[in-house]
Amino acid sequence: MSAVERAFDAARSEGRAALVGYLPAGFPSVDGSIEALKVMVDAGCDVIEIGLPYSDPVMDGPTIQAAAQQALEQGVRTADVLRVVEAVASTGVATVVMTYWNPVERYGVDRFAADLAAAGGSGLITPDLTPDEAGPWLAASEAHDLDRVFLVAPSSTPERIGYTVEHCRGFVYAAAVMGVTGARTSTSDLAAPLVSRTKAATKLPVGVGIGVSNGDQAAEVAGYADGVIVGSAFVRVVLDARGDTDRALTGLRTLTEDLASGVRRG
Amino acid sequence: MTTHAQSPAGPTLVPDGTGHFGDFGGRFMPEALMAALDELTVAWQDAMADPAFTAEFETMLREYAGTPSLLYEARKLSEVAGARILLKREDLNHTGAHKIRNVLGQALLTKRMGKSRVIAETGAGQHGVASATAAAYLDLECVVYMGEVDTQRQALNVARMKLLGAEVVAVKSGSRTLKDAINEALREWVASVDHTAYLFGTAAGPHPFPSLVRSFVRGIGDEARLQCLDLTGALPDAVTACVGGGSNAIGLFAGFVDDPSVRIVGFEAGGDGVDSGRHAATIHAGEVGVLHGARTYVLQDEDGQTVESHSISAGLDYPGVGPEHAHLAASGRATYLPVTDTEAMEAFSLLARTEGIIPAIESAHAIAGTMRLAREMPGATIVVNLSGRGDKDMGTAMEWFDLGEDRGERLAPDATDATVGEPR
Repeated sequence: MSAVERAFDAARSEGRAALVGYLPAGFPSVDGSIEALKVMVDAGCDVIEIGLPYSDPVMDGPTIQAAAQQALEQGVRTADVLRVVEAVASTGVATVVMTYWNPVERYGVDRFAADLAAAGGSGLITPDLTPDEAGPWLAASEAHDLDRVFLVAPSSTPERIGYTVEHCRGFVYAAAVMGVTGARTSTSDLAAPLVSRTKAATKLPVGVGIGVSNGDQAAEVAGYADGVIVGSAFVRVVLDARGDTDRALTGLRTLTEDLASGVRRG
Repeated sequence: MTTHAQSPAGPTLVPDGTGHFGDFGGRFMPEALMAALDELTVAWQDAMADPAFTAEFETMLREYAGTPSLLYEARKLSEVAGARILLKREDLNHTGAHKIRNVLGQALLTKRMGKSRVIAETGAGQHGVASATAAAYLDLECVVYMGEVDTQRQALNVARMKLLGAEVVAVKSGSRTLKDAINEALREWVASVDHTAYLFGTAAGPHPFPSLVRSFVRGIGDEARLQCLDLTGALPDAVTACVGGGSNAIGLFAGFVDDPSVRIVGFEAGGDGVDSGRHAATIHAGEVGVLHGARTYVLQDEDGQTVESHSISAGLDYPGVGPEHAHLAASGRATYLPVTDTEAMEAFSLLARTEGIIPAIESAHAIAGTMRLAREMPGATIVVNLSGRGDKDMGTAMEWFDLGEDRGERLAPDATDATVGEPR
C-alpha cells in the first residue's frame, strides 16, 4: 500500500475525508515552498501535492498560472522540484507531484519515476495525460511502485470513467468543475454525481478538486468525497502576502486549520 | 476539371484510429475534453462520408471563397530562379489566404453538430479574421482569443474581427502571444464545450484536429495536382510551402505525398538565423515533445519548458508544428529547412518587383526557399503554395525597407541581379 493510500485509509478510519494541499515547487522560492509546505503538513494536510511549474498550464486558472510563472521566472528546474519532494516527504507525509506531461517526457519517463521514488515521492497526478497515451508511464510506475492519479470529469462517459479508474493507483482525482482550477464561491452540483459514478466503478478513494477555499466548503465536499483537494486558495494566500514570509506562513497555517476542521465536519 | 478529385490516399497520410502519425500526434489533453474530442471525431467522419455535407462545403468554397485558386506560371520569377515556378494562388481566396478553407469546413461542421458558438485562437489575426468571417457567413457567435502583445501589433485585424461581429479577448498570460492564446482558448473550451466548438487554426493540436484540418485544406493540393497536369502534362518535380503550424503546407502536400517522384519541401521561419536561437524552425532545430495536445517537434529547453519562437512573420511564429509534418520529416518523405527573416523579406520584394504580387511574409518564406531549391534542381517544375497576400504586412514592410522615407534603400535591385537565394 502506498503512502497516499495509507493517508486516505487513516482519514477514513477516523470517519472523515483526507485533506490534500497543493503548492507549486519553487513558489515563492525553492526553499520558501519547502517551508510553506511543511507548515501545511504541520497544520493538518494529509497528502501534499507538489506542482511542477510549466510554461503552458492549460488546466490552470489565473492564480496557479501566476504562481507557476513566478517560479519559472526565478529559474526553478525539474531537479529543484525533486528536491522539494524529498524535503516534504521526509516529514513522513504522503507526497505526490502534479505535472503536465512534457517536462516528464523531457526528463525521461523512467528516469523521472526512479528519481521521484528515490526522493520519497508517492506518485504523479497528470492533468494532460490520460491512460490513452500513458504507456511508458504505466510501465515506469509499475517498475518503481508509484501511484498513478488520472483525472475524471463531469463530461467523462461511463466507459471513460471505467477505463480511467482501471489504470489509477493511489486515488482518483475528480476534477468536478467544467473549467480550470481556481477558488470558487459556491461548490458545483456536478461534483456529487461524478463522485458517485466514480465510486461505482472503483474501490479506490476519490479526491475532489472543485475550487474549495474554506472550511465550510471543505465540509460540504467531505460529505460525499474521500478527499478534498485544495490548490488555488493556498496559492492565493502566498500571492497576497507579497513576499512577506511571516504573513504567508501564518495565512497558510490558518487556512489549513480551517480546512482540516472542515473535513472533520463533513 | 473537378475541384476536389482526390489523389489516391496512401498509408502515409492516414493516422491510426487514435490520431498517431507514426510516433507523432495523439491526444494529450485533459479528460474533461475527451468526450468532446470523441464527439467531434465521430461527427467529422460522419460528415465527410455524407455527400450532402461535402457538396455543401464545395459549393461554399466555390461561390463564397473563390476556389479553385489559380495555378499561375510565374514566368519572370522562373527566369530569375532558373526553374519553372508555378504559384498556387491561395492569396486570391476570400480573406486573402488559404485559411478560409479550414474555417468554412469547421464552421459548417459546427452547424451540423447543432452548436451555435465558436471560439478560435489567433496570432497575427489571420485565423481570427477568417473565423469571424465564417461565423458571420454562417450565423454563429464567435469569440477570438489573441495574445495581448499581438492585439497591439495587429490592431487592424482586431478591428476587422470586431467589424465582422466577433468578440476579441486579449490574453494576458504567459508570453501573451499565439501559444498563450491557444492555452486560453483551450481553458475556455473546457468550460463551454457543451455548446461551443473550437475552430483550431492549424493542422496541429490533439486528434482529430490535424486530420480534420487537413481534410478541409487538402483542396489546395488536389487542385494543384490536376492543374499542374493540365498545364504541363506532368507532375511537378517538387512542391514547397512555408510551415508554421503547417496547415497551408499540409494542404498542398496532401495532394502529392503519394507521388514518390515529387519532392516535398517545407520552409520554416529561421528568424535571425537558427544559430542565433531566435527562430521558429521547430522541425529543423526543435526536439520531440508534447505541446498543445500532440507529440511533435517543440522548441523547448532542457526541462521541457516551451521556448518562445521568433519570426518576422507572425503566422510562422509558433514553437510547435503539426504532427503530420513531424512524421513526414522523421520518415524522410519531406524535408524542412529554415529561411531567415532577411531571405524572406528579399523574396517579398522580389516577387513584388518581378510578378506584381505582394505575398504574405509567411508565403515569402516559401518563395525564398524555393529560389534556393531551384539552384539544386535547375529546370525543374516547382509548385509553390502562395498561401496568402501581403496587404496585412505592409506595416512590417514599411519598417523593414524604410519605405516611409524618400525611397526604399533595402529593396531588392532589379530582378535580373536579385540576390535572393545566394549562399549566405
